[in-house]
Amino acid sequence: MTSVPRMDGSRSDGSRSDGPLVDVRDLVVEFPADGGFVRAVDGLDFTLEAGQALGIVGESGSGKSTAALALLGMHQGTGARLTGSIRVAGVDAVTAEGAELRRLRGESAAIVFQDPLSALDPYYPVGGQIAEVFRAHRDVSRRAARARAVEVLDRVGIPDAARRARSRPHEFSGGMRQRVLIAMALACEPRLLIADEPTTALDVTVQAQILDLLHDLRAETGAGLILVTHDLGVVAGSVDQVLVMKDGRAVERGPVSGVLGAPREPYTRALLSAVPRVDAPASASASASASDDRGDGEVLLETVDLRREFGSRSATVTAVDGVSLAVREGETLGIVGESGSGKTTLGRMLVRLLEPSGGQVRYRGQDIGALGEKALRPLRRELQMVFQDPVSSLNPRRTVGESIADPLRAAGGWDDRRIRTRVGELLERVGIDADWYHRYPHELSGGQRQRVGIARALAPAPRLVVCDEPVSALDVTTQAQVVALLAELQRDLGLSLVFVAHDLAVVRQVSDRVAVMRAGRIVEQGSTEAVYDSPQHPYTKGLLAAVPVLDPLESATRRDARRALAAAGRRPHMQ
Amino acid sequence: MREYLIRRILGMGGVLLALSLIVYAVFYLAPGDPAQLACGLKCSPAQVHQVRAQLGIDDPVHLQYAHFLQGIVTGRDFSTGTGVLHCPAPCLGVSYRTGEQVTGMIVDRLPVTASLALGAMALWLTLGVGTGVLSALRRGRWSERLLTVLTLAGNSVPVFVIALLLLMLFCAQLQWLPFPSYVGLGEDPQQWFWGLLLPWVSLALVESAKYARLTRSSMLETLAEDHIRTFRAYGVGERQLVTRHALRGALTPVIALSAMDLGTMFGSAVLTESLFGLPGLGRLLVYSVNVIDLPVVVGLVMVTGFCVVLANAVADVLYAVADRRVVLS
Repeated sequence: MTSVPRMDGSRSDGSRSDGPLVDVRDLVVEFPADGGFVRAVDGLDFTLEAGQALGIVGESGSGKSTAALALLGMHQGTGARLTGSIRVAGVDAVTAEGAELRRLRGESAAIVFQDPLSALDPYYPVGGQIAEVFRAHRDVSRRAARARAVEVLDRVGIPDAARRARSRPHEFSGGMRQRVLIAMALACEPRLLIADEPTTALDVTVQAQILDLLHDLRAETGAGLILVTHDLGVVAGSVDQVLVMKDGRAVERGPVSGVLGAPREPYTRALLSAVPRVDAPASASASASASDDRGDGEVLLETVDLRREFGSRSATVTAVDGVSLAVREGETLGIVGESGSGKTTLGRMLVRLLEPSGGQVRYRGQDIGALGEKALRPLRRELQMVFQDPVSSLNPRRTVGESIADPLRAAGGWDDRRIRTRVGELLERVGIDADWYHRYPHELSGGQRQRVGIARALAPAPRLVVCDEPVSALDVTTQAQVVALLAELQRDLGLSLVFVAHDLAVVRQVSDRVAVMRAGRIVEQGSTEAVYDSPQHPYTKGLLAAVPVLDPLESATRRDARRALAAAGRRPHMQ
Repeated sequence: MREYLIRRILGMGGVLLALSLIVYAVFYLAPGDPAQLACGLKCSPAQVHQVRAQLGIDDPVHLQYAHFLQGIVTGRDFSTGTGVLHCPAPCLGVSYRTGEQVTGMIVDRLPVTASLALGAMALWLTLGVGTGVLSALRRGRWSERLLTVLTLAGNSVPVFVIALLLLMLFCAQLQWLPFPSYVGLGEDPQQWFWGLLLPWVSLALVESAKYARLTRSSMLETLAEDHIRTFRAYGVGERQLVTRHALRGALTPVIALSAMDLGTMFGSAVLTESLFGLPGLGRLLVYSVNVIDLPVVVGLVMVTGFCVVLANAVADVLYAVADRRVVLS
């Protein structure tokens, strides 16, 4: 990697002005809705000095992204109403237009968007896209712009940057795409980087790499950073100051160690206590008290050398490559792995939504791996699944009550009145008013939809429920509530749970035993305490080292450790 | 890729085979005696009988069909009563009516229909995509509403109404244009152009409405995508956003649809050809159906079917070329 030399010495006029790099005063952003206006940001003030880093933290709907976009004047022409003042590098982002606005965007301040796949144009090579941005601000030849693109791609750690600059976005992995977006932000050497959830879609090891990269770039270029995220762990090691947002307002602000270490506001404290800790044993969860009488139950479900391949003969991908595990009655087995590890494929085979290519799935001693649909029918009731995305796994055209009733109707032998009563009970069981039977999924929040998904899985009174990333789409406080609900249901109903997730902290919180998956195989399994407290496999160690921690000092120590590890042996266990 | 193409070509063959079978069956069941028609009203039953034998329609139907298929692959011989007519592959048979070879009849008329279809497509793409882009950019303003009304009107007026109106106005009333007729492109390009101008315009007016709506909606969809926001957030000008990013994404479905429409046009420009008196495939089809000229009808259906099937395959390949994320398999 090379350092980034300046293409020319000139800066936009605004850079010479005094005062902070970013100065936001009494910002109000309102969006038109239902004939009126909805207030997304409600009287926000903050400043950022040059070279400093500020974290804006909040749950979905807190207005944090709206505020970040306002810094680039992105609400102009959208019908949104802005009052207050925003100055970024000397430019008034509320009133700037034409050339001045375009100079602010990309030249003075650059944003790194969240979803790196949709944030890049699918039709053009990434190098061309970066060159295009560069040429929008600098009067240089195509060739020089392309050279600049290769330069910044190399800086953000894209291997073989000159060749990869000609690849299109879909030819990169998620982490590499995020690097491409950061490279685009660097192209014009902005004085301010705005990163909007830059690591949300990424695996923990990749997340750590991207955060380290942002950290290094800031040290090297002296740019200010505004890091917008819902994840308190992400800000801990990456910023100096934190601003906690709720309902468009700043709830608490201050140095990162103070806000995370000794929060003053109840909301901040609630947010912090909802964050699952990977470094502490499950405390709040119900499983801790009950774990004594677990682990010695009968084996309910068992797999032996389970395999699954996808694709045709010429191009086979082995998603699950010889997995043997067991789930006992009443216990929770956590399956943790990064994207592409085969954990979802495995979960689907456990409930026979997918047919294995080889090996056995034994449910109560019977191999159900190759059973036909007819023979499976009576077992379907006992094996249920909760899906990741509560939006797409509920039919938007059916009321939630109807969705929950479906498995009961499918089972047969229930008349309409009994189904109604049962659905009402289930809704109340998962913490939703029974009168909500007639509501449609879009009227519910994400957490409520996932509760409906759980109620649907519980409807036929199953013995085993596989939860595939059940909380990864939810905010931390909602996440904590849903996890608590699952633990409670398990205790009351004596269910066996298989909890599939990428989030190591959540898995630790809910599981009695844990299996770590990588590339279709289980690299390590054992009791939760054993796996987390004394991991044996280097991959598990690497995963645990990459999990962001809430303590800024600890976070810095870990960053140094990762750097030493990378310097020693070129990231031995990461992609 | 090669595996895909081989499978695709085999599939096309299967579709055409099924098509020929269906057309053969339908026309065999149709009322009317081709021998009687070919011979004329004054024929005696004996004469009709002789004609039947000559035409080969005394053979059982499966044999007729087998001969037909054989002709396409290897060519075949027909007896004319006095001698033998050799029909080289790909032989689609011989007209009951005129004794002409069907392949030759189609080849003669193909340039007319091809000129009509290709020219009309060029025009409707220009008109349709242009209107679509314009109305996407002017969304919500009165000019967009006007464009919407015009495209809807274009889409809902049948081609024969537009064609007749144009004929009356430009040829009869104003006399700015000659009445349409077909002159080969090789003979006189200028006459070719003026002769086809009105047919092109009337077809394009109808078709472009569809393309305007498609372009508009896929353009609006693309403009709302995240990557457009990215480039806007990086100070890239609006015009470049539209021409380089939004249009590029919006054109993919347009390309795919136009390939298919072009294929369909070879068989369905009947009305336009008849109205403007152009001697194309469509007119030949109408005439042959009327006189129950089975070989010509079957041949025409096979050729237009081939065009449609080919266009579908081309559309799929174009789609994958236009959008590299699409993998053909």
